[in-house]
Amino acid sequence: MAEAAGAARVRGPLAELTLARIRELTREPEAVFWVFVFPILLAAVLGLAFRSRPPEALPIAVVAGPHAGARMAALTAERDLKPRLLTEADARQALARGHVVLVVSDGEPPIYSFDPTQPESRTARLSVDAALQRAAGRADVFTAGGAELTEPGGRYVDFLVPGLLGMNIMGTGMWGIGFSLVVARNGNLLKRLVAAPVRRSHLLGAQLISRMIFLVPEAGALLVFAHFALGVPLRGSLAMLTGVSLLGALAFSGLGLLTAARPRTIEGVSGLMNFVMVPMWIFSGIFFSTDRFPARLQPFVHALPLTALNDCLRAVMLEGAGLPPLLPELALLGAWGAVSFAVALKIFRWQ
Amino acid sequence: MSSPQRDTGGALRCRGLVKRYGEVVALAGLDLDVRRGECFGLLGPNGAGKTTAVEILEGLNVPDEGEVEVLGETWQGDGLALRRRLGVQLQETKFPEKLRVREVTTLFRSFYRRGLGAAEALSLVGLEEKAAAFVRTLSGGQKQRLSLACALIGDPELLFLDEPTTGLDPQSRRQTWEIVEGLKVRGRTVLITTHYMEEAARLCDRVAIVDHGRVIALDTPRNLVASLGAEHVVEFATDEAAAAKLSASMLAALPSVEGVARESDSWRLTVREVHRAVPELLAALADRGAEPTHLTTHHATLEDVFMALTGRRLRDG
Repeated sequence: MAEAAGAARVRGPLAELTLARIRELTREPEAVFWVFVFPILLAAVLGLAFRSRPPEALPIAVVAGPHAGARMAALTAERDLKPRLLTEADARQALARGHVVLVVSDGEPPIYSFDPTQPESRTARLSVDAALQRAAGRADVFTAGGAELTEPGGRYVDFLVPGLLGMNIMGTGMWGIGFSLVVARNGNLLKRLVAAPVRRSHLLGAQLISRMIFLVPEAGALLVFAHFALGVPLRGSLAMLTGVSLLGALAFSGLGLLTAARPRTIEGVSGLMNFVMVPMWIFSGIFFSTDRFPARLQPFVHALPLTALNDCLRAVMLEGAGLPPLLPELALLGAWGAVSFAVALKIFRWQ
Repeated sequence: MSSPQRDTGGALRCRGLVKRYGEVVALAGLDLDVRRGECFGLLGPNGAGKTTAVEILEGLNVPDEGEVEVLGETWQGDGLALRRRLGVQLQETKFPEKLRVREVTTLFRSFYRRGLGAAEALSLVGLEEKAAAFVRTLSGGQKQRLSLACALIGDPELLFLDEPTTGLDPQSRRQTWEIVEGLKVRGRTVLITTHYMEEAARLCDRVAIVDHGRVIALDTPRNLVASLGAEHVVEFATDEAAAAKLSASMLAALPSVEGVARESDSWRLTVREVHRAVPELLAALADRGAEPTHLTTHHATLEDVFMALTGRRLRDG
């Protein structure tokens, strides 16, 4: 028997376990798609759908009659209005169908017909009234200047990319760890590894390390694409962004470990995964701001780890936040990770 | 080579192992002593408690009652020091499908401070040509041999093989037997569970027959068969009308017959000499007008020992 056979390259158990995990991941084409390609695709598609457009002129109708000519002339001159000359009946129908947002009657003074619950209708009313008053001889007391804001940082895609990054860190953290552990348990591999002289901390540590290693290209691909192709800003430091992402990945690895601590089957763990992740998809501000939820829900929304991660990522990327203002949310994230790790180790089913 | 053996005691010792799963009693007071350097077999039907016993000995399961000593030590904590001296093959292990065969053995090699090279372990189980293949592409027999290679990679003093040939084709089974015989030559201790009596008979120095969580017989395969008092078994059947005319005492009185057992219309006789017993049997049947519908003879095996002890066959449990 060769005593130290293969001495050329003998790696330690932690390194070998990590390497095995990375090999498994990179040899799984589906995993590569979901981890790398999908977030970029989503950012590109949503960025396109919600791209910034020049403000559109509001369609309105002017009812034909003796005053119509002068009113059409006054309203056509307005940049944000698009008036049409229609008969009374046609104008009513166009309003009812939503083709126009306001109808100007032919009376003197005119009557505006509009739906006050529609923001566009209310805006049209203000513009129409101002234009007609001015045409009738009213002088503006002063003219306010307007600074129009379309710079990067305030667009929907800028809001979206940090949310997608957070969602990706959650998804891959939970699935990457949970799935492989349950497959290993189901196929007796976990039991076989426990029967071998290998530390349990190494078995789980390898999962975490491979997760952290994978985070770099995974987050990197999305960020590079978002920054260079979509012009999403990165105002904070790269170190902060890396730190926040790593902490998030650790926290969700802990949750993944906890979710996978008991189930024996893929079906079982899939159900649990969805139970944990679906609320965060909805409530953690991936696609829209958490401010939209009623005040009663806010304590719940802000207790979720993904909310904390998304808020921190947005603060770093869009506002250039440093460490101090983020400490409470980072602490919350860390607590989620630490508690789920501790509980997972306590209840973990090794066979 | 393996480290000098620190003590000359037995390889395995357990006393009064009891394990219950709710109402089910998997082990009902199991005692075992396995000597160093022997190949010891646990033979019994499915559900006899063999796997539970082995997993307790491997430190993967904890008994409700009883004591276990493995290579002179007891299971404590993670038992890493003890595990380094053991090789384990579970009944079925699904290795990661996306890893190559060599990568799996290299991974397991990294757990041990000393042992075989990955290539060496693979050639030991005849998988050297598959070293670069993905686990996914292996046949059932090849996967089982990979599992054996991982059990051997730490050059263990004591090897546990839990049903190593269940579900294998005859050729893979013979290959596995040759590997185990090679280990015996090198003085390794092997504990093997099986429900194939020919496997136990061929490989094992001693066999414990296990039923309902207890050892019901323990000896060398030869002595176990000899305990039947005769080396051959004659089985025959008659139609129902004829069966009524036969009796156990009448059959037992035939020359060379040592034992009689009846299963509905068929009879099993353990006999010392077939050439003396069969003509007399046929004559006796003819006297009573009973025509045999079926008659076979074979050398007595461990299966016959099991049937003599329990009245049941090994395979049907």
